Amino acid sequence: MAEFKKVCQVSDLIDNAGIPALLGNTPIALFYVKGQVYALDNFDPIGQASVMSRGIVGSIKGQLVVASPLYKEHYDLVTGQCVENPEVKLAVFAVEVRGAAGEEAVWVAQP
Amino acid sequence: MKIKLIVVGNGMVGHAFLERLVKSSGFHDFDITVFGEESRVAYDRVHLSSYFSGKTAEDLSLVPVGFYAEHGIDIRLNQKVVAIDKHAKTVTTQAGLVMDYDLLVLATGSYPFVPPIPGNDREACLVYRTIEDLEAMKDAAQTSKIGVVIGGGLLGLEAAKALVDLGLESHVVEFAPRLMPVQLDEGGAAVLKRKIQQLGVGVHTSKATKVIEDGEQSRHRLVFADGESLETDFVLFSAGIRPRDELADLAGLVKGPRGGIVINDQCLTSDPHIYAIGECALHDGMIYGLVAPGYAMAQAVVDQLNHKPAQFVGADMSTKLKLMGVDVASIGDPHGTDEDAKSYIYENGPKEIYKKLVVSADGKKLLGAVLVGDTEDYGNLLQLKLNDMALPEHPEQLILPSFSGEKVGFGPDALPLTAQLCSCYDVSKQDLISALDEGATCLADIKACTQACTGCGGCTQLVTSVMNFELEKRGVAVSKAICEHFPYTRQELYHLVRVNGYQTFDELLAAHGEGDGCDICKPAVASILGSVWNAYAFDKKNIPLQDTNDRYLGNMQKDGTYSVIPRVPGGEITPDKLILLGEVAKDYQLYTKINGGQRIVLFGAQLSDLPTIWSRLIDGGFESGQAYAKALRTVKSCVGSTWCRYGIDDSVQLAIDLENRYKGVRSPHKMKMGVSGCTRECAEAQAKDVGVIATENGWNLFVCGNGGMKPRHADLFAVGLDRETLFKYIDRFIMFYIQTADRLHRTSTWLENLEGGLEYVRQVVIEDSLGIAEQLEQQMQALVDSYACDWKRAVDDPEKTKLFYNFVNADLRDPNQVYVRERGQLRPATAQERLESIELDVV
Repeated sequence: MAEFKKVCQVSDLIDNAGIPALLGNTPIALFYVKGQVYALDNFDPIGQASVMSRGIVGSIKGQLVVASPLYKEHYDLVTGQCVENPEVKLAVFAVEVRGAAGEEAVWVAQP
Repeated sequence: MKIKLIVVGNGMVGHAFLERLVKSSGFHDFDITVFGEESRVAYDRVHLSSYFSGKTAEDLSLVPVGFYAEHGIDIRLNQKVVAIDKHAKTVTTQAGLVMDYDLLVLATGSYPFVPPIPGNDREACLVYRTIEDLEAMKDAAQTSKIGVVIGGGLLGLEAAKALVDLGLESHVVEFAPRLMPVQLDEGGAAVLKRKIQQLGVGVHTSKATKVIEDGEQSRHRLVFADGESLETDFVLFSAGIRPRDELADLAGLVKGPRGGIVINDQCLTSDPHIYAIGECALHDGMIYGLVAPGYAMAQAVVDQLNHKPAQFVGADMSTKLKLMGVDVASIGDPHGTDEDAKSYIYENGPKEIYKKLVVSADGKKLLGAVLVGDTEDYGNLLQLKLNDMALPEHPEQLILPSFSGEKVGFGPDALPLTAQLCSCYDVSKQDLISALDEGATCLADIKACTQACTGCGGCTQLVTSVMNFELEKRGVAVSKAICEHFPYTRQELYHLVRVNGYQTFDELLAAHGEGDGCDICKPAVASILGSVWNAYAFDKKNIPLQDTNDRYLGNMQKDGTYSVIPRVPGGEITPDKLILLGEVAKDYQLYTKINGGQRIVLFGAQLSDLPTIWSRLIDGGFESGQAYAKALRTVKSCVGSTWCRYGIDDSVQLAIDLENRYKGVRSPHKMKMGVSGCTRECAEAQAKDVGVIATENGWNLFVCGNGGMKPRHADLFAVGLDRETLFKYIDRFIMFYIQTADRLHRTSTWLENLEGGLEYVRQVVIEDSLGIAEQLEQQMQALVDSYACDWKRAVDDPEKTKLFYNFVNADLRDPNQVYVRERGQLRPATAQERLESIELDVV
């Protein structure tokens, strides 16, 4: 059973962009797109640096993706799958928004 | 009952034969066995030297894994065929295996010729043909300091490159009075020799080696016929090839007087069941030592096996290549052997370019050409030669540089259907058109259908231009949409934003696009919003549009840290400012370097430190250098008339004024400028997007220069300008570029793609042919008036500074960033260093 940890407030998120956070000792990236929060590993496995939160969010043929700011590979926000390389995948984490209206917080499952 | 086909030899041509046969319709009629003497399947001998610059034997392999098994071809490596009985129709291998055939293809290739010089069998005297040879070279190099290649032909120079890559002091010794005697004339060879010598390779021509004996300093000494000598540890013979034709003797096949298995136009030997192809074959008195003719022979045999009439009628030996980074090309007969032939020569001493045309007596046909140092004209010239096309009225224009206007050439339409576009895979214009008929619509399709451009790649430009021309002829609109979210070009989006007054990406997307946007259209629109409204990149609604550099107002480095580059207009800096930069760099342990734009760069800043670093710099009088933006970077200047004895005008003042006027203006790509105080041009202004040079008569303006990957010399745009006119022209020029360029096109690329070229830009900017000059000036003035330092705005606003953190929920450093001290400063640790975790600094 995964344990959810509170990471930040929803008001900390930036619409249509990512921010970096720590989940335990793991750097993660939180993306906020159309009212949904997505949590992925912040470490770019190809560029070898913790930068995914700084990528541009967009869509390819309707599929929501984030582009690595280093070498521009695209990763599916839902599955973490790299579009250009089937062998590369980012870890994804379950997210819940909890709390009273106006004070909603982002909770992320720690695997 | 299948036909038993045996192929002897698994080199480049032997494999190309099988590759082509497998693809042909008649393939299933054959039961195929291949014998290879080497222990490896076919590999790329043309690029052997890349083995020393990092390629492995696997990289060089030409055979996809499982290719032979998949097609049921019985491949037997390490099995040398030692005899053929043409009456019994059998071959015998060294191991004693005897096998029947119905048809036999000999593709035994060649061996390197080792001149009969006494001492040629001494230690570390090697040849250069197989991967085993390369391994022997690697071993020998370990105990050598100096290496010599005997033979200054095409292969010899390639081998010299291999010696350089092995880290040896390298020399080339050539018997003839010049390098590449077959392909080059005296003038071209002289330029090539100079260029190669500049690379540190010794070139010794007109040297006949008499003996190789013990050296004094080195392992060997080469003694030449003229009494001189050269010491070396390592000798590599590359003095030509000889056909592997021993089997022909045993089989009783006819050979040439100087070797080679004689073949006819069908590539048949004197026995009607035996073909020979590639370097072992002698066709019409010629042994072809290049792969392309070998491939053509292979194709001719495959066609016949498919019951198609086919002939090999000789091949063009024109060649274009890069030897140790030097471009060299030779077409047809470069020596003008026909005594009525006339020639044109263009030589550019300072740039070390040599070009020669050999034309027929009536001046109508091209017979040959030599190009050294610049082979851009090769494609054009080769087509003229191969298709026997009529030359223009003044053939010399084909090789003269074009300082203004269009280069004389011919459109893709002028090529006949039979014109060969790709010589590696023999793809004609007709083949390309057939591929388009079958539904190909882009270069990738053409490559897949015809294999064009997949060999040496030298034909890519020609194939692309013919393809585009043919597509256009069919009325196929080549899509110019920026991405899947907007069916518009950047230029169209720019106009939509300006005309409709859109202030945000979302407004534009809602009105003219679809979907969510992406990493192509978002930064492009962000840049347009910047160019039109001076929209602030760090505004919350604009942040999601920005590439990471613009998003955090710094250039992200490979480890995720940022660089800090304050503006230093014209490269002029006070001692106090220098001291401040030093103090900040020291306090934050930032690696410090002067970059190519006369600025000082502090590397390795943590995201969370950026606001405090910039606060200190701004307090000290600095402002953002916009090094992170597609905008004006720097205006480089020489020291000018203030100090310099030769200075005509104050280049520093002008550079500062230019930089202050255009700083922060967002453009389709970065822009660089330069100002030189006299024509000595110390600021290299002619390599910039905008360059200004002082003369006695005023400022000369140059535009659309570029350094970088594809250098372009700027074009002279206007002369003898006063200050006011100069700024007016630059205002108009930049705004016109911003309005009309494609995404990420520098001014040089923009100009090359602009219909009407430089003359058109002159008409718009100087003569105001479109009547928009005043508007362009006003638009520029609006941008200049609304300039604000990006970083000042950020550090003055607490809502903005709080967005610079490493983690939203922890005030910690990125644990992934580790550093190593080198030359007194910190740099990111390499992957290897991280693994070994030696003396790492965690900042």
